[in-house]
Amino acid sequence: MIGLLQQYWPLLLEGFLNTLIASVIALFCSLIIGIIMGMLQLSSNKIVKGLANIYVEFFRNIPLLIIVMFFYVVIPMYWMNISGFVAGIIGLTIYTSSFIADNVRAGILTVPSGQMEAGLSQGMKKIQVMRYVILPQAIRIVLPPLGNQFINLVKNSSVLAMVAGLDLMYYGDFVAMETFNTFDTYILVGLIYLIITLPLTYATRKLEAKLGINDN
Amino acid sequence: MKSIKRIVLGMSLLFFTFIMTGCGEAAADVDISERIDEQETPVLTWGVKADTNLFGYYNIESGEIEGFDVDIAKALTEEMTDGTGEAKFVEVTSKTRIPLLKNGKIDGIIATMTITEERKKEVDFSDVYFNGGQSLLVHESSEINDIEDLTEDHTVLAIKGSNSTQNMRKLAPQVNVLDLENYSEGFVALQSGQGDALTTDNAILLGMIDTNPDYRLAGNNFTDEPYGVAINKGQEDFRDRLEMALETIQGNGVYDEIYDKWFGEILPADSPNTASTSTTGAANNAPDDEGESGENQ
Repeated sequence: MIGLLQQYWPLLLEGFLNTLIASVIALFCSLIIGIIMGMLQLSSNKIVKGLANIYVEFFRNIPLLIIVMFFYVVIPMYWMNISGFVAGIIGLTIYTSSFIADNVRAGILTVPSGQMEAGLSQGMKKIQVMRYVILPQAIRIVLPPLGNQFINLVKNSSVLAMVAGLDLMYYGDFVAMETFNTFDTYILVGLIYLIITLPLTYATRKLEAKLGINDN
Repeated sequence: MKSIKRIVLGMSLLFFTFIMTGCGEAAADVDISERIDEQETPVLTWGVKADTNLFGYYNIESGEIEGFDVDIAKALTEEMTDGTGEAKFVEVTSKTRIPLLKNGKIDGIIATMTITEERKKEVDFSDVYFNGGQSLLVHESSEINDIEDLTEDHTVLAIKGSNSTQNMRKLAPQVNVLDLENYSEGFVALQSGQGDALTTDNAILLGMIDTNPDYRLAGNNFTDEPYGVAINKGQEDFRDRLEMALETIQGNGVYDEIYDKWFGEILPADSPNTASTSTTGAANNAPDDEGESGENQ
């Protein structure tokens, strides 16, 4: 396994960096889209609420690979060229955002509705109540499941390998094929994924502790 | 408390590593030849492609994999077991075939597999049963007419684990090569413009043109790709049987029949580019072709 690393580290490093970049971009974008969609799901406007619900339920319930393949194959056929790397990031973002939206929605719902009414009665706008009253409380509830989504996102990024996305898994496949040493290669690749996911787990734990979650 | 946690974590990691490496070595120790002799209806499991038109292609109507490789596998099984045996098929890709063979899930690979020196270190090969050659598939309107036309601005699509992806990197190092999972995904990616050309063996590409006439081959074959049947190392008796069976069907007309069935129209046995390895003389009408060892170009 050490030999593999010595011989192929430039490739694996490139894959690792691409996986990291894809994960960070997808994590950031999916968090924003997810929070927006989660709030829209609770909108009083029926049409907005309906559309947000369709978005979340649709993408949450189909395989990630299908979304990625759609952007890799179908969009370039009829519209514009998208590389495998970008198609992968778009797919990851959409897929993860639908899960985050659901977590955010559930988080907001746990804050008693009386607080919204109280805020409104103080002359705050609805968006202000959301920003200053509801979300700070919801975030404490949402954070643990959100951490899970981020870890899943990093692992799901291996889907890029299916569309020649040049990620860690793609180069893992390449090394396995080149050396015929499938077992060692995939164990090595699995360990490299841990380099990303373990600190992520640790960071979310820290953040949870800081925000006073689970301190009962 | 913390140190206990660490130990448990470390142990489970070690354990995980052991089972993963363990399966690689323990499997495939059974002597297949003995198994054929002992069982009343011996079953031979062959790894074949299921996404490659003409070689191994899953027919939705019949629910079976059909193609040249599949028919050869059936003929070999019948020959090796004196008609008592049964051929079973497992779908493989260029990426999965060697791992599946090594862990004993399949007894042999008949899946458009080129005999190469590197692979010979991992598996044993039979004699050549098909003389392929690597080529490029492009859209009709493409400006690429030969491997020489490829520049650093071109992207060539290839298949993970195939010999052709390695050849491509060697022969045209300036080109950007992207590997996809299997032939159907590779072709779909070509259709959607993810690459300028798709490279693999000519017979496979001809199978794609057969169903998609908008595409054509760009130039002649630029490599020789002799296909062989791959089996595990350490199966000497099984390999001898395999060699004999292959020689028999190549000489008694069974091979000719199968070849004509699949390639009679697109790569006729008597054409100069024939891939047939028959020894019955059907292929010997062709100039410069020596049957078994026949190497084009």
